[in-house]
Amino acid sequence: MTKKVNTPLSDETVENLEAGDRVLISGIIYTGRDAAHKRLAGMMERGEELPVDLKGQVIYYVGPCPAKPGQVIGSAGPTTSGRMDSFTPQLLDRGLKGMIGKGTRSKEVIDSIVKNKAVYFAAIGGAGALLAETIKEAEVVAFDDLGPEAVYRLRVEDFPAIVIIDCHGNNLYETGPKNFKLAGEEKQP
Amino acid sequence: MREINVDLVTKTVEELCIEANYKLPADVKKALEAAADMEESPLGKEILMDILRNAEIASKKRVPLCQDTGLAVVFLELGQDVRLVGGDLYEAINEGVRRGYTYGYLRKSSVDDPFLLRKNTGDNTPAVIHTTIVPGDRVKIIVAPKGGGSENMSALGMLKPSDGVEGIKRFVVDTVERAGSNPCPPIIVGVGIGGTIEVAALIAKRALLRTLGEHNPNPDVAALEDEMLREINRLGIGPQGLGGRTTALAVNIETHPAHIASMPVAVNIQCHAARHREAVI
Repeated sequence: MTKKVNTPLSDETVENLEAGDRVLISGIIYTGRDAAHKRLAGMMERGEELPVDLKGQVIYYVGPCPAKPGQVIGSAGPTTSGRMDSFTPQLLDRGLKGMIGKGTRSKEVIDSIVKNKAVYFAAIGGAGALLAETIKEAEVVAFDDLGPEAVYRLRVEDFPAIVIIDCHGNNLYETGPKNFKLAGEEKQP
Repeated sequence: MREINVDLVTKTVEELCIEANYKLPADVKKALEAAADMEESPLGKEILMDILRNAEIASKKRVPLCQDTGLAVVFLELGQDVRLVGGDLYEAINEGVRRGYTYGYLRKSSVDDPFLLRKNTGDNTPAVIHTTIVPGDRVKIIVAPKGGGSENMSALGMLKPSDGVEGIKRFVVDTVERAGSNPCPPIIVGVGIGGTIEVAALIAKRALLRTLGEHNPNPDVAALEDEMLREINRLGIGPQGLGGRTTALAVNIETHPAHIASMPVAVNIQCHAARHREAVI
């Protein structure tokens, strides 16, 4: 079933999401990928104030294409989340509630998702043109010098995603393929 | 000798970079449509339909299929009867990449050094260029933008000759299983067997350029391609790794003679946005 989700995320919204749900996300989300995560971690280490208050927020792991004239943003699909794993638990401890990306997460991240009552969504990797259609506003809010890796504030309307890891630690990347894996001589039904 | 001005190379590379990133090759589209028809997982089917819709939007609006518009990998087949005039050939190719990625509003994904400052070069140069000299007076240019997500899941193994076909199969299937959801399945699996370490990797990448549905001309190798594809699609990984029958669209194997002591195997994974475009000048 498809659920409508508004950001910032409340505990109640997160509790209502289950691994396997299709969702349409509306509201403000922030972009951030490798270089931005590294900088945020450095700032936290030095005790500096972060450019964005993470409480209840959602980070979308994406490095968009430049916008063509008349476009809000260029193609903007998810990048592989696992590269952000080493930075993620500290962001979740700071109040981050949701992440949108693609691909598996480490055990530390999954534990931290459960501990902080958060959620991990996947969007379709490689569907950057389709996903960009749901992005209605885009503005760089930090690290402009990083180009495609800068932090953008995006306003999205009905951004399509799938709940992968819910706040109970259920993980669609574990359960989904299990239903289709054929063992030994087992024939395809 | 036929003279070709390198300005023409620049112009051709510029166009190929843009078109490759905006348009899904027809064979890949056809394979995705067939997979969407066959897919048993309802979610997997929906994902495949969304991937096809994405390709339609990209082509109609002339925008990139995927935001990762890749490093520009360029295969150059240079006729030995061609005389290039007007400047440095590789600089001409890089100028084509620079223009294509700038005027095509493609993402610049190249950093100048791999582990120090990792500063973006700002124009997606340098291109990765592979040149072969061939008979004739033409130049064939293939531009194959390669994304990082699928490239990162690739692997190379220096297998022992005694590992045999079973060893090769295990290495390839294990590499795909380990990659799981990360390289944006359904994937295309390029396999290079033989040669030296760098030849194995290069022919694995070259295997990704083959039209889907075509097999290696050696019937034994072709049979191995089919067998490995069947085995990979039994893993259950499915579209985007969420479960299903469509994990790979094809396994393409290229081989090369090897040292008596060696059996290198390279696996180059390509996401479903399997982009490549070519021109002959």
